[in-house]
Amino acid sequence: MSEREFRLVVVSGGTSDPSSTRMLADRIAGRVAELARGRDERVSVDVIDLRELATEITTAIVSQLMGPKLTRAVELLGGADGVVASAPVYKAAPSGLFSSFFHVLDNDLLIAKPVVLAATAGTARHALVVDEQMRSLFAYLRTMTVPTSVFASSEDWRDKDLGRRVDRAAIELLLLMESGFADQIRTESWKSYQHEYGSAGGTELDIDLSTDLMRLAAGGSAAPPGEE
Amino acid sequence: MQFGIFSVSDITRDPVSGETPTEAERIDAIVQIARKADEVGLDVFAIGEHHNPPFFSSSPTTLLAHIAALTERIILTTATTLITTNDPVRIAEEYAMLQHLSKGRMDLMLGRGNTAPVYPWFGQDLRQGLPLALEHYNLLHRLWREDVVDWEGEFRTPLQGFTSTPRPLDDVPPFVWHGSIRTPEIAEQAAFYGNGFFANHIFWPTQHSLRLIEFYRQRFEHYGHGTKKQAVVGLGGHVYIAKRSQDAVKEFRPYFDEAPVYGHGPSLEDFSQMTPLTVGSPQEVIDKTLTFHDTFGDYQRQLFLMDHAGLPLKTVLNQLDLLGEEVVPVLRKELDSRRDADSADAPTHAGLVKAKYGDGPARQPKPNANRGDNTSGPTPYQDTEQDAEE
Repeated sequence: MSEREFRLVVVSGGTSDPSSTRMLADRIAGRVAELARGRDERVSVDVIDLRELATEITTAIVSQLMGPKLTRAVELLGGADGVVASAPVYKAAPSGLFSSFFHVLDNDLLIAKPVVLAATAGTARHALVVDEQMRSLFAYLRTMTVPTSVFASSEDWRDKDLGRRVDRAAIELLLLMESGFADQIRTESWKSYQHEYGSAGGTELDIDLSTDLMRLAAGGSAAPPGEE
Repeated sequence: MQFGIFSVSDITRDPVSGETPTEAERIDAIVQIARKADEVGLDVFAIGEHHNPPFFSSSPTTLLAHIAALTERIILTTATTLITTNDPVRIAEEYAMLQHLSKGRMDLMLGRGNTAPVYPWFGQDLRQGLPLALEHYNLLHRLWREDVVDWEGEFRTPLQGFTSTPRPLDDVPPFVWHGSIRTPEIAEQAAFYGNGFFANHIFWPTQHSLRLIEFYRQRFEHYGHGTKKQAVVGLGGHVYIAKRSQDAVKEFRPYFDEAPVYGHGPSLEDFSQMTPLTVGSPQEVIDKTLTFHDTFGDYQRQLFLMDHAGLPLKTVLNQLDLLGEEVVPVLRKELDSRRDADSADAPTHAGLVKAKYGDGPARQPKPNANRGDNTSGPTPYQDTEQDAEE
């Protein structure tokens, strides 16, 4: 049997180079890949550095037009088995660039995909930003976030506990990817989620002709069944 | 194949002169633009419908009736008529009236409207926008085809024994386009009734419009109105033309950069590459427009956006000269040569009359005498058959 392969996509909102936000995401992704090797699996990693997409993200917000880099990012995320999403904290919130990127994605792109949430900040007082703000955004996107949030303030970079949290999040992500949860949702329960035509990165093109609205479109009644 | 222009009716500050036209000036300008479109040989002029500043076109039939009186051959239409917040009974009446006054030189395009507060202003619920649009059209369709309508639905007060007057010209309902960019139900309704389907085709890559148009074509055939090729498709587009390409870019850039909706967003170059926008020489506009045909095959109507973003009247009129003299004649010739003989003809009143009556006479409804009760009863017209039981 050939080794299983997983596609992991890192989304980093870091803006400096090197950026601690990107470093944290890379550590998580690297750890996932390492754990996978020990289990005869392979993980390919693609990185979306939001800094490079900054103007396309703002363009998409004001005009709904997706530029080529953003289109490529959507393709990568659509094909991802797992995601590491890493944001810098600005003013007690994930950065606007990071949030904006997820705002312009369609709601169906990440359904059921396993995600590690990570954030960096200058002070430990921002530690709950991941759980209180990022987690709700990813719940809205209907992702499967792993239980462990990875937060690193300046002082964490000399603390062994950060490595332990990275390890924990990495194995959580790998197990969720191995479970095939997202794929199974896609094949067995996809229709039970609300979708918009053309969503999920342009792949959601099924049209259900048996809905009440479709009957109304074809000259039927808008009344609830039984009242006609 | 019909070529024309469509206007949003925005009143926008000219970013070059800094001047904002008054409502009076802009309304006067749109009439001149429509007359010019007629003069230069375009086939269609379309106006939008809005109920908030900075737009002027709240009453499209009033404007179009005035233009009809001042023009010779151009077809007057909308982009779009709000099928959600207008009462379908009023649409039936007003557009039938326009049809008579323009001698059939009109049709209309229905849309849902995307300005959220308009719904509550007109007593409707945005969350019900789609079923509202679908039910309203189902009623409108009957009002133009049945002299006396009994109707009950979810969204409008019921009708008993209602006759929409005047009856359509020659008893042939105006042709209807359904405009949509991402709603399969609207494409389904267009297909079910054998009506036209229009893709705005301005803000997104061409491929984006293709999937719904394909669905519409399949369903048109499914409902037995003809083959997929005979479905009636219209497309929007967006051009700025100058004799020399570099002049077009130079002249249009300040308007592009500050345009409503997409201004301050993508660069003119990116937007031209990713969407149907063409800013360039007549030949460049011709080449880009022909790529629409490569993608969609034969289609029946091409409308261009020309008068938005604060472009001064003089510039718009000049654009129309270039479009009418240097672009459209070449496109007509080229697209005619490519055209499959089985494809649908572009819709006209004469064509619809011919389809309904052949060479025979058209029905001309004459009402019965007023009986003094101010309602017309079950047989409002002299040629209406009395029901056997009555």
